[in-house]
Amino acid sequence: MTTIVTDNCKGCRFTDCVTVCPVACFHADDNMLYIDNLVCIQCSACIPVCPVHAIYADDDIPEDKRNWIDINAERSQALPTISDKQDPLPGAEERKTALGF
Amino acid sequence: MDAPGTVSNPLRVAVVGAGPSGFYAAEALLKSGQTVRVDMIERLPAPYGLVRYGVAPDHPKLKEAILVYAVIARLPHFSLLGNVAVGRDVSVEELRAHYHGVIFACGAETDRRLGIPGEDLPGSHTATEFVAWYNGHPDYRERSFDLSAEVAAIVGQGNVAADVCRILAKSVDELKATDIAEHALDALAESRVREIHVIGRRGAAQAKFTNKELKELGELPSCDAIVDPQDMELNAESIAELEVKSNFVSVKNVEIFRALAARGPTGKPRRIIFHFLQSPVKITGTARMEQLVLARNRLEGAPLQQVARETGETDLLRCGLLFRSIGYSGVPIPGVPFDVRRGVFPTQEGRIVDGGGAVVPGLYAAGWIKRGPTGIIGTNRADSIATVKSLLADLPHLAPETKAGAEVLGPLLAARGVRVISVDDWLKIDTAEVARGQPRGKPREKFTRVAEMLQCLGAS
Repeated sequence: MTTIVTDNCKGCRFTDCVTVCPVACFHADDNMLYIDNLVCIQCSACIPVCPVHAIYADDDIPEDKRNWIDINAERSQALPTISDKQDPLPGAEERKTALGF
Repeated sequence: MDAPGTVSNPLRVAVVGAGPSGFYAAEALLKSGQTVRVDMIERLPAPYGLVRYGVAPDHPKLKEAILVYAVIARLPHFSLLGNVAVGRDVSVEELRAHYHGVIFACGAETDRRLGIPGEDLPGSHTATEFVAWYNGHPDYRERSFDLSAEVAAIVGQGNVAADVCRILAKSVDELKATDIAEHALDALAESRVREIHVIGRRGAAQAKFTNKELKELGELPSCDAIVDPQDMELNAESIAELEVKSNFVSVKNVEIFRALAARGPTGKPRRIIFHFLQSPVKITGTARMEQLVLARNRLEGAPLQQVARETGETDLLRCGLLFRSIGYSGVPIPGVPFDVRRGVFPTQEGRIVDGGGAVVPGLYAAGWIKRGPTGIIGTNRADSIATVKSLLADLPHLAPETKAGAEVLGPLLAARGVRVISVDDWLKIDTAEVARGQPRGKPREKFTRVAEMLQCLGAS
């Protein structure tokens, strides 16, 4: 089972997901977040709270976003954990509107 | 005298309840940078609240949240006082005397009532009772459920309803390698339930299941999931709801329901039948429940604000077993204000307030007893962090004197004949449960009586 963050997070980083994660499995760089599936308990709490629907699980992962499975696995190991909500990136609201949310 | 939170005057906080919100509150306190001592008081000898006694046994991955709490329990300056009931073994007044602050994280322990005639006929149960029973909760050990009826109904379309539905729909072979309580497995082995009606008052586009739980109901090995294609003819407002991009959970749910409607029965031995736009209005029967009277509803209101209104027509469903899963309610504790209507401790930013809206100094709430039974495990983390933030902001106004916490409370409880369970005691119980499970191929076989848990610790 796999839950991943995909490219809709890039340039937004609303971090609502982090506040509902029971096990602190999110990792962050300056652009977006990544999930460590070795820690994630697949509770799916983060999926509905993402304002830009960047998070997908298992067979709901769209075909054109499956490359993010490996990216999440690699980046989450290399980056620090983020367990508190942070301000969204500048321009996040505009980007959210542009994405249609 | 230094303010609480300093080396000469450590901040002493009692956290009441050892479920997710209690542990997240404890973690936030212990990582706050203040000099702090956290005593977690739990009514049962076993910690972890609804992760142990609520999360379904066939969702072992979700139970791994416990690993995070086990780490918090080993942090310095954390103590567990298990097998201690606030209001019975110790009063709220005493806690206020021995702690600078008390955080209630005791959850919502009882079900909301439907408030319809016949609700208490034998065969009509709350989902809470059933969930606690199959998870081996000591308070529900002596309950019994007559599973001899072929037709069962579940009122509610959220994740608790989905859990109850799966436990009824799965064969014993599908459950025997989980940590389901032995007494429940034995009873389920004799179950004659073949048809499970899952009833929602609104439509398919408003069902509260998460995608994952709903999908799972459609993919059970020995149970079909049936949706009437007519129920998928949505009203214009519901169609408009599905156009809203942020409503993606409902969009996916409707997609899953449509696929089930298109598939129809495949001949599996058991069947789940989804009902929409129906509300129970009466349960009838003589010695036990025999029939459920359902009012038909239509939706009224703007998209995303639609409510169910009865049309005046009714349907009858013959069923011998009913589980109501329409939400939980908190239970009052003497000495703490209680909002009867909402079933919570009334709060402002986590601070408990009295009937007049005035803050009761030193009392706080977190989790379901604060905001009502919404969200899932992780939702409580942000909630508990917010409450702890309020408590820390209040430090200058809390009682300035030093408090003794468990150093006084421990001996006091011992003098009252209470066997207080520490983290080390719990680890012994935990180890024994895992060992009991091993020969049966189960991750653990829970002790389902408090006496058994205490017995496993010897006479000490």
